[in-house]
This record gives sequence, C-alpha cells and structure tokens, in this order.
Amino acid sequence: MSGVMKRMGMIFRAKANKALDRAEDPRETLDYSYQKQLELLQKVRRGVADVATSRKRLELQLNQLQGQSSKLEDQGRKALALGREDLAREALSRRAALQQQVSDLEVQHQTLQGEEEKLTLAAQRLQAKVDAFRTKKETIKATYTAAQAQTRIAESFSGISEEMSDVGVAIQRAEDKTAQLQARAGAIDELLASGALDDQSGLAKDDIQAELDRLSGGTDVELELQRMKAELAGGPSASKQAIEGGTATPQDQQQQSSQPRFDKQ
Amino acid sequence: MIVRIMGEGQWKLADSHFAELNRLDDELLEEMESGDADGFRRTLSALLDEVRDIGEPLPDDALEPSELILPSPDATLEEVREMLSDNGLIPG
Repeated sequence: MSGVMKRMGMIFRAKANKALDRAEDPRETLDYSYQKQLELLQKVRRGVADVATSRKRLELQLNQLQGQSSKLEDQGRKALALGREDLAREALSRRAALQQQVSDLEVQHQTLQGEEEKLTLAAQRLQAKVDAFRTKKETIKATYTAAQAQTRIAESFSGISEEMSDVGVAIQRAEDKTAQLQARAGAIDELLASGALDDQSGLAKDDIQAELDRLSGGTDVELELQRMKAELAGGPSASKQAIEGGTATPQDQQQQSSQPRFDKQ
Repeated sequence: MIVRIMGEGQWKLADSHFAELNRLDDELLEEMESGDADGFRRTLSALLDEVRDIGEPLPDDALEPSELILPSPDATLEEVREMLSDNGLIPG
C-alpha cells in the first residue's frame, strides 16, 4: 500500500504515457503536445481574466452596499435628531443586515483575490515550461531520427504534461469558485434591483427617506413659524435651538457668536 | 528526488528525507481512508511544510517529472479522494 504522494505521482505519469501513444511518429506527438500546451495557456489566461471580472463586479457591489449602508446611518442620525427613535431604529436595523452582507462579500473578495494570484503564478510557470519545451522540441526534431527521439521525447514530455495536469486542476477549481460567486453576485444584483436596497438611480425613494422628508418639511414650517413669532415678539431667534435639537444656553450662544469665522470662499 | 506541490511548483529534495516523508504520506492515506478530515488537514500541512522547508525550489522552466505529487494546501479530503479514484479530477 503506497501513500497519497506516490499514488498521485503514478496517476500523473499514467496520464502522460497515455498522451504519448497518440501518433505514429513521436515527432508528431511533440507538435501535437505543443499545440495542446498553447491551448491550455490560452485557457489559463482566460481563467485569470474571468476571475478578475468577478472580482471587479464584487468590488462594485461592495461599493454600492457600503454607500447604502452609510446612507442608512445618516438617515438614522437624522431621524434621531427629529425625535423619531422608531424610524432611527428601523434605519439602523436595516443597516445591520447590510453590514452582514458587506462582511460576507469581503470574505468572498479575498478568496477571489487569492485565486487570481495563484492562477497568475500558475500561468507564469506554465509559460516558462512551454517555452522550454518548444526549444527542446526543435532540438529533438533536428538532432534525432524518429526512432532515437522516442526516449528524449518521453523525458521532456512527462515534465510538461505533469505541469499541464496540475494547471488543469487549478483552472477547474477557479472556474468552480467563480461560478459559485457569480451566482451569489447575481442574487445581490436582484436585491439591488428589487428596491430592497437602494437602486442608486435616485428615482425610487425609500420609505425611510420619504418619512424623513415629510418630517423635515414639517419641521421647516415649524421653524419658520417659530422664527416669525420670535421676530414679532422682538425676542432672540429660537431657530438655532430648534435646528440643533439641543437646549443651547445663552452662554453657548454668546461663545458661538464671539468666535471668528474662517469660511473659505 | 523531485516533489510537486500542486498549484505551487516543484522542489528538489535529498533522498535521505524519503523515509520521513513516506511515514507522513502513509499517515495521510490512512486519515483519508478513515475520513478523518482534521487529521488529514494536519498531516497535509506537516508534509507541505517539510517539503518547502528542506527542498530547493526547481526553476519554472525545468522539464523534469516529479516522483511524488502532493495535493495543494487547500485541497479537501474529498477532492484528494476523487483525484486518486479512476475517474479523477485530473484532466488530460
């Protein structure tokens, strides 16, 4: 009973030998194999590009979700300032749910970045081997007769086919991971489109915002009335107090008005 | 001898390390067959560390076959089992 490493080695070698039996003339096998290597290189490059595309899409979604999240935070703050704790609570609980999505996506993003890096390195390794194989192939074809070439070919062939098998597995795994993430990204797109999250178009106003607008509108009228009343009474303006939602003492007002302003024009 | 870590490349090791690697390799196979995922993960990590530690990385353009081939560090027990079966994951 041999261990995992030895068995794996035997499996790889068996695959390489099977590939060798393809042509009558071993020199044709060389050309055929080289074609296959170039095809695989193309496939690896496409794989890297696919992973990069998925990664960028995730980044886009992350930005959208984060934008939405800070918007909800602002709304929560505003609702609280207007004395509507229930509305603030709603905004913040929606934000908590979003944050969960965001942290999930961040983990996925890291996975993809790792995958992209690994595949890029794999492509470099394969490229180096393919170049070496091409050189060797030409040497063998120029130097040996078909009969003599057999052993030489077998030597260089097993090394390159092992690399190809390895890269093949890596590509397969990257494709699987990317497909899973694509499905997930699609689900989030649907969520964004359904208006469950802000669709960024600015056309569909969410309910919290609508309520806040209604409240602020009301507040503006209230503030206006307050100001007019104060003017009529000849007293100090009460608007600042109402806007800041706090109780400013006369002392505070004194300090604020005595501070110089440095408004940049 | 030359050892490949899948997804990482090849390392050249002195044959004197063979016995130690072999011992870990047998352990790995046992854990795989008994379905001991934690043990499998531990042994695989130990094997990979050993190879990276005592081996010399082979240049990328070397065309030498490996005597021993190890799964990549994040390979699961099921994936390795699949690779060792006849309809393995290995393309080609």
